[in-house]
Amino acid sequence: MSADLLLDVTGLRKEFGGLVACSDVDFTVPRSSITALIGPNGAGKTTFFNMITGVYKPTAGRVLFDGVDITAKPPHAVVERGIGRTFQNIRLFNEMTALENVLVGMHCRLKAGVLGGIFRPPRVKREEAQAHDTARELLAYCGLAGKEDEYARSLAYGDQRRLEVARALGTRPKLILLDEPVAGMNPQESHAFTGFIGRLRDERGLTVLLIEHDMKVVMNVSEHITVLEFGQKIAEGTPREVRENPRVVEAYLGHGAAGKHE
Amino acid sequence: MARHRDPLLWRGLAAAGFPGARVRWLELPGSFRRYVFPLLVLGVLLLVFLPLRNPDPGFLITCAIAYALWVMPRVPRKIVLPLVVVALAFLYPLYVDKLYALPVLETFPAMTTMVPVAIFMVMALGLNMVVGYAGLLDLGYVVFYAIGAYVAAWFASPIFAGATSNFGAAGVAPGFPGIHISIWILILAAGIITAVFGVIIGLPTLRLRGDYLAIVTLGFGEILPQVARNGENVFGFNLTNGPRGITPIDSPGFGGWSFLSEAGTYLNPTTFFYWGGLVLVAITIFSSWRLRDSRLGRAWIAIREDETAAAAMGVPLMRTKTWSYAAGAFFGGLAGCWFAAYKTGVFPDDFYFQISIFVLCMVILGGMGNIWGVLLGAAFLTYLDIEGLGNIGAWVNDNVGTNIDIPQIKFGIYGLIILAVMLFRPQGLLPEARRKAEFEDALHGDELSEPKVAGERS
Repeated sequence: MSADLLLDVTGLRKEFGGLVACSDVDFTVPRSSITALIGPNGAGKTTFFNMITGVYKPTAGRVLFDGVDITAKPPHAVVERGIGRTFQNIRLFNEMTALENVLVGMHCRLKAGVLGGIFRPPRVKREEAQAHDTARELLAYCGLAGKEDEYARSLAYGDQRRLEVARALGTRPKLILLDEPVAGMNPQESHAFTGFIGRLRDERGLTVLLIEHDMKVVMNVSEHITVLEFGQKIAEGTPREVRENPRVVEAYLGHGAAGKHE
Repeated sequence: MARHRDPLLWRGLAAAGFPGARVRWLELPGSFRRYVFPLLVLGVLLLVFLPLRNPDPGFLITCAIAYALWVMPRVPRKIVLPLVVVALAFLYPLYVDKLYALPVLETFPAMTTMVPVAIFMVMALGLNMVVGYAGLLDLGYVVFYAIGAYVAAWFASPIFAGATSNFGAAGVAPGFPGIHISIWILILAAGIITAVFGVIIGLPTLRLRGDYLAIVTLGFGEILPQVARNGENVFGFNLTNGPRGITPIDSPGFGGWSFLSEAGTYLNPTTFFYWGGLVLVAITIFSSWRLRDSRLGRAWIAIREDETAAAAMGVPLMRTKTWSYAAGAFFGGLAGCWFAAYKTGVFPDDFYFQISIFVLCMVILGGMGNIWGVLLGAAFLTYLDIEGLGNIGAWVNDNVGTNIDIPQIKFGIYGLIILAVMLFRPQGLLPEARRKAEFEDALHGDELSEPKVAGERS
């Protein structure tokens, strides 16, 4: 495989009992790209995400990240390697402040242990101070300046989505996985967020992989699109190619729609 | 966003038929609310509790201190209040005999109650690191308490007569059989050994979630007292001396002087064990408070909030949970060691499974996760257990004419207390700040009655 692939998945398969949720999918994410994974409900997109991030163990297949095999590694080890993620149904630490949420994200980049936490030697104090600064910066970057001390639970919906991104950025990822980041947003919010995703790549040099339902967002922001249906890859390519692919149109609009489209 | 709920007091008054109480209260002049109202409350207390023919200086002083703290602005109070509490706690042995009689409870807690209170405070705070911070239900915490106590018993008593030695132990005659290591060293050793046991027990069990973890810890909590009870002959080796227990355990001290050498009115072994207990409580509070705002403490709370999300953010679940177990176990060990030294012996009956539940009740009653709440829960339940229920029972029997042995049904009463807390105040008496945040805003924010602030917040 060529060296500019950040994520290289081959033959990834997941069976839940008799159900094949993800069937031998090959998938690549070039470095510094924005890649999207789309497909109708139940196509196996989130299952795919969960296998990459170690939440599920794949039945078969291999995940190479940045040249290292991370197949079936526990979630925290995957994060340490440099994959951060957000959740489709927001999963913040509700009873923690926005700042603390980001600090939890930074967990694997910090070192203090039990004794360090109790006695706080200068090394730990410095580390904590820097971590707090970084966390504030990340919050400000995600548009949450001034909300550091608010509990995640009390943030507005859009802000919770942003906090999820800030928390994922706290893990200092190379690749960030966004699971339906604009779900439940109104068109303006969604538009603003699309721009934000682009900035993540352009300004922070991140590679972005997103799952999205909103075709408009996907077509606007991503360079590569992979389409899943019933756990199988049915199409792949640039937004234009995918839009014109009859199988994709069929999957989204139903039989017989392919001819009428465009 | 979510509307603020009125504090309990106002809801209670509204329910009692005074729906406008809060508004009318806020219409009163600020200086009245601030200075005169506390005076009225204390005045009523004086009238009720202090027969005027017998003015008690101690009670008047208490009221004066309470009034001063009440009307004090928040900033100095934040510093003054802890200082007053520390001073009062430290000097307690010197004035406890001079204190006035309480209604119903008769007397203030005796020194022999205060030592276990301090010990249970340490235990409850230790368990709080596991249950309150990391959200892992541990029903076998007594195991760590027992291990701490047996460490003291093995290394500071005549049990291992075959290995007679002395290392800094105070007040032990030369040639007295058994290993005798200074209790001061043993406290730390007990903590560390117990923490290691915490890791050993934790590694297999912490893979389980929720109910399964609770069941397994419960099993450990049952097994260990049995081991202690039957440990007379472990492959021919007398490990625990069985149900007779191990005694005497050396007392802490320095050189030739030990706690047991003082027998004055104020300076007696109990006082010293109480002061030592207070120091342990202080260390535990400090550690709890520091850990809570550390990298590890945040990870614990994250696991409590959402285990899957915590793992997905790079928190290694097993390692982090095991650390919470070890930290909790450490303080259980400290408490056990001090308890053994105080009792000058360990007996398997001191480590019943009920103690695990009892300590858990303290944490839940006080408010999971909140240091002050847990301390309050520990003090309250320990006091009830040792002294309070007996006194209340005597009062009830005298005044109602019944003849109930109330301490006999104490576990029923604790059950009722926990039930009541779960029904009416599930967050505990003093809930953790993060759980209390909304409540706090409503309590201190008079300005919240103006809609513009509510609008800004949403």
